[in-house]
Amino acid sequence: MIDGFRETFAHVVATLTRILGPRHIALAEEVAQDSLVKALQMWPHEGVPANPSAWLIQVAKNRALDVLRREKWLADRSDVVAALVDAHAPAAAAGMRRFSGETITLRGEPAAVGDDDLAMIFLACHPILSREARVALTLKTVCGFGVGEIARALLSREDAIAQRLVRAKRQLRDADVRFELEPAEYALRLESALDVIYLLFNEGYAAHAGDDLIRTELCGEAIRLASLVADHPTLATPAVHALLALMLLQAARLPARVGDGAELQRLVDQDRSRWDQALIQRGMYHLDRAAAGDTLTTYHLEAGIAACHAAAARYEDTPWSRIVDLYDSLVVIKPTPIVALNRAIALSRLHGAPAGIAAIEAIAGDPALARYYLLPAAMGELMRESGDTVRAAEYFEVALECECSEPERRFLQKRLNDLRTDGRRP
Amino acid sequence: MSKYTLMLRESPEAFANFSPAELQAIFKRYSAWADGLRQASNLAGSQKLRDGDGRVVRRSGGRVMVTDGPFAEGKEVLGGLFVIEAGSYDEALRIANDCPHLDFGSIEVREVEILR
Repeated sequence: MIDGFRETFAHVVATLTRILGPRHIALAEEVAQDSLVKALQMWPHEGVPANPSAWLIQVAKNRALDVLRREKWLADRSDVVAALVDAHAPAAAAGMRRFSGETITLRGEPAAVGDDDLAMIFLACHPILSREARVALTLKTVCGFGVGEIARALLSREDAIAQRLVRAKRQLRDADVRFELEPAEYALRLESALDVIYLLFNEGYAAHAGDDLIRTELCGEAIRLASLVADHPTLATPAVHALLALMLLQAARLPARVGDGAELQRLVDQDRSRWDQALIQRGMYHLDRAAAGDTLTTYHLEAGIAACHAAAARYEDTPWSRIVDLYDSLVVIKPTPIVALNRAIALSRLHGAPAGIAAIEAIAGDPALARYYLLPAAMGELMRESGDTVRAAEYFEVALECECSEPERRFLQKRLNDLRTDGRRP
Repeated sequence: MSKYTLMLRESPEAFANFSPAELQAIFKRYSAWADGLRQASNLAGSQKLRDGDGRVVRRSGGRVMVTDGPFAEGKEVLGGLFVIEAGSYDEALRIANDCPHLDFGSIEVREVEILR
């Protein structure tokens, strides 16, 4: 058994991008890919080297030297040549080779995750790139996903993703950006990186139609990247800890989110014994660290809401009043219709269905919510609670016409069927 | 038991377009296959050949001709070989049949001839 190709690919890309400069990201990716192919072809014969990561980097460096020599790019770049012709070369080849009877992780030791990996996140999230480009480039170079996998994860087409990646790399080259991050850039670049990480997580968490495995990996990657930043002595701001806490607390509920019939399980129906307590503990730890200082970000508030749910042993223990308070603060700094809708739902738990219905009706005209299934789904639920089964059924029918994931669709269909069965009962 | 040589051929581009995760999955299959042979003591030796360095030497009309190997894209080249021990040619074929390489290229199976 062996794992870690994806992370190791990213580490090789980061190392080579540092040596060659951001203008050569495409070459760094190419030689990193070559190094994995060579490993695939050689290791079954020769065994896995004692330090696979160093071996792969050495192979990638040799390939880069070949390519750049052929392109005559190295003539006046003795510094780059020196970095590529590495003193560590013998070390990479040395040591016991292992055949894979045991489990071999290419790079599990945290010490091997270096500043290069971190710098690569900030490069891929460079503010000169569009948000979509940052996400795609991060998935490609920092997470080591293939173009096809990125397309599946983002529900996009392969050629569109490939084009977006080429354009992003060209932009970085034309702007002649540096690999190393200047302290003066920390704040702006960090904000962009957190935004991308949050987006990755939400793409994975959203449970849209599509490849489930890749979407779970997206959540895992977002948590891995945020953890990298959170471990850095100067970059780990309270906002970083807040975002990490938010994602850990949400991810803890993932195992309980889909029921045996593959339908979405609402919070009220979830089997809380399936929540991942280890993730909740980690989340609470980072939420605690997020409280240092006096910054209050949207991540803080959203993590606070997630913590309220995670800490409730039973649904009946949910502190709705505290949750509504947090939403009240959140709508101020993040005044989006989606936040307002979620606030309305929380309000209905605190003050009853009519309060929720009134709050939703107040925002129902917002065009951003026009095709969003959660609005009619929530209205249907609140109508049912109010005893108006006819209008409840109408709302669930509208919700089913909106775009939603398969688990969500199954849930809505079940609600609708239950209403109809109840309605026919004498 | 006789020795057989399995010659693995593939196009130089055979693995170029797989993602790292896919390459990992492919690597696992090759390793499992080779380790299975090793554990059953069926493996007498195995080598990967260097990519793209091969030339063909020939004498033609009193002159030695050196030409580049068959490395045109799309053409299969010899990438590596395994020498295995097997009871019969059919058993050697079965071992080759199980090799994941058949998804990416071809395998030529030849018995090593020895003086009886």
